[in-house]
Amino acid sequence: MHEMAIAQGVLDIALDYAQRNEATRISCVSLLLGEMSGVETSSLEFCFAALTKGTIAESARLLFHRCPLVARCRSCGREGRVLPGSFFCPDCRQGALEIISGREMQVEYLEVD
Amino acid sequence: MEIQVMEDILGRNDQIAAENQQLLASKGVFALNLLGSPGSGKTSLLEKTMARLKQKFSLAVIEGDLFTSKDADRIAIHGVPVIQINTSGGCHLDAQMVREVLGQLDLEALDLLIIENVGNLVCPAEFNVGEDEKAVVLSITEGDDKPLKYPLVFKESAAAVLNKTDLLPYTNFDLAAAGADIRAIHPGIEVLEVSCSQDKGLEAWIDWLCQRVDAKKTGGERA
Repeated sequence: MHEMAIAQGVLDIALDYAQRNEATRISCVSLLLGEMSGVETSSLEFCFAALTKGTIAESARLLFHRCPLVARCRSCGREGRVLPGSFFCPDCRQGALEIISGREMQVEYLEVD
Repeated sequence: MEIQVMEDILGRNDQIAAENQQLLASKGVFALNLLGSPGSGKTSLLEKTMARLKQKFSLAVIEGDLFTSKDADRIAIHGVPVIQINTSGGCHLDAQMVREVLGQLDLEALDLLIIENVGNLVCPAEFNVGEDEKAVVLSITEGDDKPLKYPLVFKESAAAVLNKTDLLPYTNFDLAAAGADIRAIHPGIEVLEVSCSQDKGLEAWIDWLCQRVDAKKTGGERA
C-alpha cells in the first residue's frame, strides 16, 4: 500500500515534466532509491503499471538506481558505507551513526518521445 | 529525449505538510503524530492523556483508521473534539488528508492536536503530515527486537513510549536492551516506560507533552 502512494508520486512528477516538455509518450522513468528508503521495487512496478493505464506513461519502464547507505560515526568520526540495518560503527562498535546518504527517493530523469 | 528531473517522490506530500505545519504554528498549536503497531496502545495512551490534560489545554484529536470509527468513538466519550479520517485500506495518513480536515477544527482556540496514525510501524514514518513531533508507542508484547527491525519509526520519533510494562513478568522482553537499541538508533530520543492499563509511569509522558505544548503556545502568541 505504501508503494501505491510512491507510485502515484512518481507518476505525478513524470506526467508534470512530460507535459511541460510537450512529450507525447514516456518510455522510461529512472528512480534514485537509497538502500534504506524501504521501497519494494517489484511492488512499486506492479502499482506503477496499474496507475499508468490510459496515460502517456502506459508503456513506461521503471529503472532503479540504488544509492548506498553511507554514515558518519558520531564517536570516532569514521565515514563510510554501512550495511542497511546496522546502527553501530563497524570500527569502534559504538556511537550512533548519522546517515549521509541512503534514504533518497527521487525521480532522476525521464525518457520521452 | 531525456528530461532531467531530480525531484523527491514525496516532495508534494512534504510541501503540503509544511503548509499544515505553518498554519498550526501561526495559531500556536502543538501537533503530535502518534505512531505504533495495531494494538500497541495508541488509543489507550490518548485516553489517559486526555483525562489528564483536557482541563489544562484545549485539545483535539484526528483519528486515522482503515475503515471504522471505533477509536474515534472512544475519544468522543471524553468530550474532546475528534475527527475521523478513514483511509479505506490505505496504510498511513498523508498531509493532504490532514489538510482536508483541519478546517473543521477551531484552531484559534486549540493548544494541542494529536493525530493518531494508522496502526503500522513502517509507512507512517515516511509521510509527514504537518506535525511538530512524532511519538511512537511500542508495547512489551510486540518483543524487544522491534526497534532494530523497524528503525525508521524510532529514528523519526522524538519520544518512544514503551507500553504494557505490567506484562513484563510474563514475557522475555528486555527493557534495558530495547532502550539501548532505541537510543542507538536515535540518540537523544525520550524513552518512557508506561502501563496505560495500570495507570503507571504516565507523569513523565504528560510532562514531556506539556513542555512542548507550552513552548509552542508562547511561540505562537509571539508570531
